[in-house]
Amino acid sequence: MQKLLKIAGNTMLVPVLAVLTAMLIGAVVIFIAGGNPLYAYLGLFQGAFGSAKAWSETAVWASPYIFAGLAVALAFKGGLFNIGAEGQLALGAVVAAWIGYALPDALGISLPTIIHLPLAILLGMLAGALWAAIPGALKAYTGGHEVINTIMMNYIALNMVSFLLNGPMKDKNPNNVIARTPEIAESARIPVIFEGFRIHWGFVLALIVAVIVWWLLWKTTLGFEIRTVGANPAAAKYAGINVKRTIILTMALSGLLAGMAGAIEVSGLNYRHELGFSIGYGFDAIAIALLGKTHPLGVVLASILFAGMRNGGTRMQFLTQIPVDVISVIQALILLFVAADAIIRYIYRVRAREERLVLTRGWGG
Amino acid sequence: MDWRRFGVIALVIIILFSVVVLIGKTKDTPIVIITSLLATTIAVATPLTLGALSGIFCERSGVVNIGIEGMMLAAAFFGWLAAIYMNTIFKIAPLPSLIAGVIAAILTGGLFALLHAVLSITYKVDQIIGGTVINILAVGITGFMNRQLFFEKGSIFGGQVPHAPGVLPRIQIPFLADIPVVGRIFDQQPVTIAAILLVILSHYVLFHTRWGLRTRAVGEHPRAADTVGINVVFMRYANVIIGGLLAGLGGAYFTLESVPSFEPLLTNGRGFIALAAMIFGNWSPFGAWAAALVFGASQAFQIKLQLFREVIPSQWAFLQNAYIVGLAPYILTMLILTGIIGKTIPPAADGVPYEK
Repeated sequence: MQKLLKIAGNTMLVPVLAVLTAMLIGAVVIFIAGGNPLYAYLGLFQGAFGSAKAWSETAVWASPYIFAGLAVALAFKGGLFNIGAEGQLALGAVVAAWIGYALPDALGISLPTIIHLPLAILLGMLAGALWAAIPGALKAYTGGHEVINTIMMNYIALNMVSFLLNGPMKDKNPNNVIARTPEIAESARIPVIFEGFRIHWGFVLALIVAVIVWWLLWKTTLGFEIRTVGANPAAAKYAGINVKRTIILTMALSGLLAGMAGAIEVSGLNYRHELGFSIGYGFDAIAIALLGKTHPLGVVLASILFAGMRNGGTRMQFLTQIPVDVISVIQALILLFVAADAIIRYIYRVRAREERLVLTRGWGG
Repeated sequence: MDWRRFGVIALVIIILFSVVVLIGKTKDTPIVIITSLLATTIAVATPLTLGALSGIFCERSGVVNIGIEGMMLAAAFFGWLAAIYMNTIFKIAPLPSLIAGVIAAILTGGLFALLHAVLSITYKVDQIIGGTVINILAVGITGFMNRQLFFEKGSIFGGQVPHAPGVLPRIQIPFLADIPVVGRIFDQQPVTIAAILLVILSHYVLFHTRWGLRTRAVGEHPRAADTVGINVVFMRYANVIIGGLLAGLGGAYFTLESVPSFEPLLTNGRGFIALAAMIFGNWSPFGAWAAALVFGASQAFQIKLQLFREVIPSQWAFLQNAYIVGLAPYILTMLILTGIIGKTIPPAADGVPYEK
């Protein structure tokens, strides 16, 4: 146990110091912008964790972060950089929304929750998986780099979703002027955990999925193959692992998780897909995966931190008039210090204990 | 840059232009349509051209830079901000304000590039991660400052966006711009003209000077370069910063030349498309420019079709939809990366930190 704590302490030291350093610089930014940093951070903490309602809202924010963070982390483990979580998430959400509001009418029957809800989530996940498998296959068979391809697929997904939400899937209610789908049926909604709070079972599901991802990566043959391909594709090939298949599978699994983030957000919180809600999740997911050291437990902790900051930011803005966007600056700084851990190690005189995360050797070609 | 690839580029542009001419022939003569398409193509290709040149300098010296998107976004914002400050607060005339804005944009690009250089060269951070940090940082800073300065009560501009000092004036190239009809192509704004001159200059610097030879040496085989006395770290720093300055000029295009306003996330992926242009152009300035023109053409195609909306025949109705036509550059980028239009070879040491 003591040994375990020591390992955890060593692994978490740099991320914790990175967060503290970023908050410190954030305090300077808040001060320059004319706010009181202490007051601002007090508001941030109150808003994030100060009451039962604050905890509930933080968990609501954290749910999609955990799924999307796990998506990016899993791809990292396989040596792939999935910047496309945003597009996969948007498609997962649009499919889940369609199943949620249109399927009962299309079939002409009303579906029980036990069928309708899982179907919406599963098909949303599948949409994300297929969308991510395309850049995976392009990487495996043509060498087209997944970084640019997943970004392009983000824009394609965004265009497609804009087209759908402004046209065929638009809420036909005469009062509606915005690009959004109709509300999903009651039978496609995830119930809340406590009456009166918005926290829903999607959060619990996120925690379970984090355990499953951990199990998959470290306790199964597929996980071993994913990690081996990520660490050294040449060695993996030599060891008889089908590298191409593993790359496509890794991307598909990553997209599956990102699609789940979107589906859960629709069925657990928004009850519809409104255009633009997905924007920003892709970059946040990358930051969370890196802050969590690409480990499922780390991703969960980082998600709760980021969720708390987003949630508490509103209270902070109310108290100090500092725009909530300052949170994005602090989060970018956190990512900066996590990525450039050498800076943190230098400032705080911490010795390196682990190997550096290497993702790319150029464009591969 | 082989002829097969130039052929593909020409073919794509011809197809795109032909569709527009066929649709618009009832409204305008073909020569007028083609002229205006070409003029738009050259103009909208500008940020892609500059972004690609930025990537070329970075990667020829061995540093992958996916932060160009963020550098352009930050440059677009700070360039615009500088121009507004000059014009509204210091009451300086529009043109000098705009020029100050361009300089601020270029310097912003250079500053972000310096950060990328520190991360990837000194601290040997994974270069894709370093670039992502730049992108996220740029979104955060521009979003925060945009809100703080313009939309908050008690902010310096009193909660509203002040009038920008307009956009950079057109420069008519002597003689060429006077040709009837076709002259329109040579009637462009300064950043666009600078981009074309910089393509030529970059080609000269990279392939005909000692600096270029050294740059390519540290990008291909840094150890050999080090052995013959080339300072690898210095060369990489210098080229990454040159790249940043170029990306900064590309950012200036958005807010000082194209439209006189800023909105969050306005670069809309063009920094990444620029990288695809760089790859398709095989890391050479002229090749990258040609590739940037293809993307420019697909954008001009989209813009023109919007103008000809009402005369689009019903069997081609999908062309009326901006969301569908807007997919062209992104799909084109992915097709190019598959290598079916010819494989390209990156610099050998691209993306690999140099360990002495």
